[in-house]
Amino acid sequence: MMGEILLEVLFILCGLVALSASIYSFKDRNHPTRLGSTLFWGLLALIFIFGPYIPKNIVGIIIIVMAILTATRQVRVGNIRGSSEEFRQRQAERIGNKIFIPALMIAIFAFGIAQYTDLGGLVGLGIGALAALVIGLIITKSKTSEAIEGGSNLLQQVGSSSLLPQILAALGALFNAAGVGEVISAGISRVIPQGNIVLGLIAYFAGMVIFTMIMGNAFAAFSVITVGVGAPFVLSQGADPAIIGALAMTAGYCGTLLTPMAANFNIVPAAILEMRDEYGVIKTQIPVALTMFVIHIIVALLLAF
Amino acid sequence: MLKLIGILIVVIGFVLKLDTIAVVVVAGIVTGLVGGLSFNEILTILGDSFVANRYMSVFLVSLPVIAVLENNGLRERAASLIGQVKAATTGKILAIYMAIRTVASALSLRLGGHVQFIRPLINPMAVGAAEAKYNKIDEKDEERIKGLSAAVENYGNFYGQNVFIASGGVLLIVGTLQELGYDVTPLEVSKGALPIAIIAVIVAAIQFFLFDRSMNRKG
Repeated sequence: MMGEILLEVLFILCGLVALSASIYSFKDRNHPTRLGSTLFWGLLALIFIFGPYIPKNIVGIIIIVMAILTATRQVRVGNIRGSSEEFRQRQAERIGNKIFIPALMIAIFAFGIAQYTDLGGLVGLGIGALAALVIGLIITKSKTSEAIEGGSNLLQQVGSSSLLPQILAALGALFNAAGVGEVISAGISRVIPQGNIVLGLIAYFAGMVIFTMIMGNAFAAFSVITVGVGAPFVLSQGADPAIIGALAMTAGYCGTLLTPMAANFNIVPAAILEMRDEYGVIKTQIPVALTMFVIHIIVALLLAF
Repeated sequence: MLKLIGILIVVIGFVLKLDTIAVVVVAGIVTGLVGGLSFNEILTILGDSFVANRYMSVFLVSLPVIAVLENNGLRERAASLIGQVKAATTGKILAIYMAIRTVASALSLRLGGHVQFIRPLINPMAVGAAEAKYNKIDEKDEERIKGLSAAVENYGNFYGQNVFIASGGVLLIVGTLQELGYDVTPLEVSKGALPIAIIAVIVAAIQFFLFDRSMNRKG
């Protein structure tokens, strides 16, 4: 109960970060997409803060409006006024290794509170982030306003695609309501006999690799393949769902290492390092990705059953 | 069969690099319509799920402190620490970075990046070690070292990130499984990600040491 209230407080804080991105976008008169960005982050703030009290079909309409804004490229980064390189170097020397204390606090609080209280890791993350902010402001001698503006800039930089997990979860809910999983598993059960653990695992993890390679995105693959293959062929056989879920996701990352579709990780770095072969990074990664894939199946058989 | 059209839309949309959010929303709406749901039902499911899954985007709350730390030289400090690593061979430097990167990823520290760390720091250190040991290295070996330097960033980033309890991957796993009726917590999933993170450090190190050995044979 206490955890639930704190979680709702945490969502309000998240909403305030989105709201600051909205306000800073509006105040930025030279913003390339001033009104679009103001609206997008403002609507996100609205859902975070007041989501539980708004009729859900209205939230659905808000999401469609947000999707239209991103589809028409109305959500872009404004003019970022970050600190200068010289300032950062000077601060790095002056502050020293103390700068890592607040950085580590977030993860330590999240894990510690999840492990030793019943508030959950998310509340832990929130408490850790606030504690880290206080310590961080003291150590760096920064003003609170710099934190708010910096957070708003950072949110605009990571951009709308950082909401992908949340929007994919909504897609998963619609897939379930429409009965997509049943269709896929009916198709696959013609090829793979239900009840064979090893074949089921191989189909699930290989499906993750292949779909990730095609889409360039393991998150999207996970929502689709888990519903269609993972649940009926692996989880239904009594596997530990937390371990299988974790392994299926990183099995998908083996696919990320193999595909030019994940250009940010594989193609752009080849250019950044001025490699002659634009597929040089992928070729280097092939043996490790394939080895890791086989290890995923072995680890699943050892730990999840 | 027609119900699978949503998957097709996601695949085509991602392959064509269309806007990810819009592609997913369209796929969901079309799937709902094909599956016989009314438009109002679709809106309700969409909104309900988005509100219920707000926890997947809790990283927002950490952005102000991360911005303060990054504006005050967090990355520069990390770079100067890594720059002090003394290791005799290319393979050892890359293996050490793999361990550091994996731990950073597991702690959700944004201390990596091909632009920020690999090109200015790790690749020069890896090339420098080879040059010091073998006097001169040919262009082909330098290309191989570049490939390994780019790859180590990906290995550490990918296989380490889900050890962090509130990473996007972990929360998507939790949400997807809960939707399917399997109740799991972020802590359980992040613990499930730990073995692979450790194994990845070992497998990557083997690749790097095999590179060292191939250089020794030539040298």
